[in-house]
Amino acid sequence: MKMNKIVFPLALALAATLATTGCKHGFNKVTPLPGQRAAQVGDTGGSGTIPPAQTIDNGGLPTTTIPSTPGNIPTTTDINLDDYNQDRAALAAYTVHFKFDSAVVQDKEQANIASVGQALTGDASAKLLIEGHCDERGTEEYNRSLGERRALALREALAKNGIDPMRIKTISYGKDKPADPGHDEAAWAKNRRGEFVLLHHK
Amino acid sequence: MKKNIINLLTILLTAAATNFCRAQNEIQIENTINVLGQTKPIPVALDGFTGEAAEVLKFDLYVQGFSFVSPEAAQYLIHGSDAGGVTGTVTDKFAHKMILSRSYNGASTRRQAHAFADDIVKTTTALKPIGQSKIAFKSQPSSVGAGEIYVADFDGFGAQSVTSDATIVAKPAWVPGRLALYYTSYARGNPDIFYHSLSSGQRRVIAGYSGLNTSAAVSPDGSKVAMILSKSGSPNVWVCNADGSNLKRLTTGLEDSSPCWSPDGNWICFATKKAERRRLAKIPAGGGAVQYLNTTGAANPTEPDWSPDGKWIAFTRMAGDFDICVMPADGSLPPTVLVAGQNPSWSPNSRTLVYNRGGNGHQTLSVLDVFTKQSKDCRRATGSNSQPAWAR
Repeated sequence: MKMNKIVFPLALALAATLATTGCKHGFNKVTPLPGQRAAQVGDTGGSGTIPPAQTIDNGGLPTTTIPSTPGNIPTTTDINLDDYNQDRAALAAYTVHFKFDSAVVQDKEQANIASVGQALTGDASAKLLIEGHCDERGTEEYNRSLGERRALALREALAKNGIDPMRIKTISYGKDKPADPGHDEAAWAKNRRGEFVLLHHK
Repeated sequence: MKKNIINLLTILLTAAATNFCRAQNEIQIENTINVLGQTKPIPVALDGFTGEAAEVLKFDLYVQGFSFVSPEAAQYLIHGSDAGGVTGTVTDKFAHKMILSRSYNGASTRRQAHAFADDIVKTTTALKPIGQSKIAFKSQPSSVGAGEIYVADFDGFGAQSVTSDATIVAKPAWVPGRLALYYTSYARGNPDIFYHSLSSGQRRVIAGYSGLNTSAAVSPDGSKVAMILSKSGSPNVWVCNADGSNLKRLTTGLEDSSPCWSPDGNWICFATKKAERRRLAKIPAGGGAVQYLNTTGAANPTEPDWSPDGKWIAFTRMAGDFDICVMPADGSLPPTVLVAGQNPSWSPNSRTLVYNRGGNGHQTLSVLDVFTKQSKDCRRATGSNSQPAWAR
């Protein structure tokens, strides 16, 4: 009988636990959105103002030593795309392609890297934008990271060829800008790529 | 003696659990054993409602684990009308009594029907209902390229655009309990993370560093944001304050993506790569050692989302196509592959997921009850809809 005194509260506790299962983290009441009839949420003055470009942190840029392990050159650059004209044709022949799910620059692509490097060496005022792209077989955010990693791998390859990485800006488009809209291996192979865009100051 | 005490304890605890369930009724006993994808739905008979009210009730109840059967086979009889406001009753056939009787007059028939569905769920289960909850998502005219961020009811109705930049957008994330989002936009020519108040319409960049800024995830208390930045030379997990200040790098791998928070705010789970294999991992939110999760049987895991009750991690496996998987957050069981789809996001009650599906073409948002595996497509906003985030 003595035991019941211990067990009964436990049983009550269990019953209480069962009764509340699934709602530990309460959901706050959803307040109706203001301006329900407006075309846009909070549509009082457009969808919000875009502030001017932020000042970019320039600290810690390696200018002389290039890390030997991949993934360690900060993206720091003073390139503001608004200040440049984009020449997409100049280096279009040197687009680099990647293996499935890989951001490793293949040996056979070194000639393309060298050509891009020469273009930058020959025009000291030019800067470079590298666009990283993926095929559609990864999920969206996964591909956004993979595309950035590809662009950064190309930037690192150019740095090894003596190009100051501060002259190079990267952007990942994930799978949002396929070169070929198809859904087969031929299209995918074309879409796993890094494109080089030459930047000339306006 | 000790063994006897344990035995007695077991018997009494079992009895308590059984009695509790019996109070609910016989069929509920089975439902207390929730097996992912295999739990039996609660049979109900729905009668008297027409048009939109009937559609809403069916949608809401179906994706919260109810099935529609004849009155003879039903556990609950739901009866009512939508003529001049939604009115309804719920009768428990086993207890032989009416357990709910309500009428609604506010807003629209649609909203009233959601409210009645919520009351049915509250009365018959231990679940917090989701009928009046919101989602945010990305909508594109085509399956690739420019799009806008939208918010809508959880079933896709009442969709409204949040942005109008005609550029690539990604990964909306709600501030818990607030009408505010973080999302990625290429509006400034670079993938930047914006904070956008839906109340004021004002927005600002909280991460606009050179390189990649994406995949914002807000901590459960709303004070911190985890995200992917490549500013150190590779896409890694970083954490900052809600306003972008106090930035701190958490991971140092070559390629990380899709951070999410544990509901206690102590951990950040993310997708990464180790020894050329795609893995899910978690790291203390304040920094520390990375722990890899066991996702055996689910190749190339990405896009984890931790359930608000802390019990589950949903994610997407990439094995040719994409599949939604769920596993216990403590790793005690291997993942269960549920349905084809990607981008899972938990409902506030940790029972339902919103995700997108549709092969290589246009994506459709869909809602899935992970226990019964019942799912229904949401109403399409325009074009291709993806990356849903459930407000919670």
